[in-house]
Amino acid sequence: MSVTEMFSYIQGFLSADQDIREDIRKVVQILEQTAREILTVLQSVHQPSGFKEIPSKCAKARELFCTVRTQIADLKTKFPVEQYYRFHEHWRFVLQRLAFLAAFVVYLESETLVTREEVAQILGIEVVRERGFHLDVEDYLAGVLIMASELSRLAVNSVTAGDYNRPLRISNFINELDSGFRLLNLKNDPLRKRYDGLKYDVKKIEEVVYDLSIRGLAKESGLESGGDK
Amino acid sequence: MNKREGEGYPRKNADAALDCATSASPSSPVVAAFKVFQQELDTKHDKYERLVKISRDITIESKRTIFLLHRVTSVPDAEDILNEADLKLDAVRQKIGQIAEELRGEDIHQFHRAFTPGIQEYVEAVSFLHYIRHRSLISLEEINVRLVFMRREKGTAEALPLGAQVLTFQVTPSDYLLGVADLTGELMRMCISSVGNGDIDTPFRLSQFLRQIHDGFSYIGNTGPYEVSKKLHTLRQSLGKVEDACYTLRVRGSEIPKHMLADVFSSRNTLLDPEEGVV
Repeated sequence: MSVTEMFSYIQGFLSADQDIREDIRKVVQILEQTAREILTVLQSVHQPSGFKEIPSKCAKARELFCTVRTQIADLKTKFPVEQYYRFHEHWRFVLQRLAFLAAFVVYLESETLVTREEVAQILGIEVVRERGFHLDVEDYLAGVLIMASELSRLAVNSVTAGDYNRPLRISNFINELDSGFRLLNLKNDPLRKRYDGLKYDVKKIEEVVYDLSIRGLAKESGLESGGDK
Repeated sequence: MNKREGEGYPRKNADAALDCATSASPSSPVVAAFKVFQQELDTKHDKYERLVKISRDITIESKRTIFLLHRVTSVPDAEDILNEADLKLDAVRQKIGQIAEELRGEDIHQFHRAFTPGIQEYVEAVSFLHYIRHRSLISLEEINVRLVFMRREKGTAEALPLGAQVLTFQVTPSDYLLGVADLTGELMRMCISSVGNGDIDTPFRLSQFLRQIHDGFSYIGNTGPYEVSKKLHTLRQSLGKVEDACYTLRVRGSEIPKHMLADVFSSRNTLLDPEEGVV
């Protein structure tokens, strides 16, 4: 094989690779759009009026997740399954956002931590790598961490809206999450960087709880919520 | 918070984690889930570290092979050195076999970053050897053909009914490309040192070859990975040096009468075949 032939062979490979990336980028863009729509729907829970509408907002978000499922199904057709990690970077960000949104919806509905299986189910993807397009564990964890900071915000806003009960429940939840994350041996990677932010969310919520309890605002309702938790 | 202070720091992480879990919420599904994640992440990181280690070994051995090959220009009988280099590269291939072993059933691209430096260095070494032997560019296929491994340890004892398991390792086109880009630097060094040894034939052949590679890279341009365009710059510099050397040889060669030029070079290195000195 001559040098020229060799290079034109490689060039052929590279341009095929670029075509795939182009296709993926297009689908991911649409997916990001949908993710933003879901986020907008869920953001309204921070409004004082939004607290009563949580179930309806969640239902609306769930509807939008149907669109996500079809879009992800489209994404799956754009590249060979076994090359997931070759193109991982293209959808990593949006998949983390979607994991966050799914986790947030599930939290608002049932105040529990979404499992990785549930997220995968909501997004219409797999959990195990061997079975196709899957949710990487790091992406799932990153999504959960995004939710933690969203919840610290929710704690503040729920106090403003007069719901003194919720911050205590959020506090319990976040503390549990924190002890969960402390089990992990993280490398010095983006996930670790994000995890380092968790302590500020914990602190913020603890401050809110402190403010409430020192004023006796959370006392009765706090006990009550402790019961049903 | 107190669970962090109360429980044993000196103990192993998993141990402490266990205590932490029991003191916080004994059967919390969250903690149970995170224990699974812990295991999964640790397994992945361990594998990654092992691959990095193998990759470093490959890099070191390949570099040594390249140094060895540079001695070819100053030695009368190149064959010995080439054979020795072959042996060294066989050892490197064994190491690549270990990578293939680690990657069995994994997504090769997930861990690609761990071993890409080693593979590039291997491509560089193997293509350098190939050039010295055959004066041509080794193809991607030729490299991959040699990276087929038979499993021995378990294969002979238990897994015979399955047949000897064959493991392959595929060098990706972009790793190949980056390795070849590094090769040009070695060729430049080889060119300069062969001028030093009075070999005036090799530089011209090398410059031709380098030009072909350069043209190939220009053809690829920026469609390739990001690192390629960075290496293209160094490639240009190498090519410039080789072309300058050829230019100088030509100019000086026309000034000094041919037989004297041959004298000059053969007196500098008596081992060199006198005919090689004449252009």
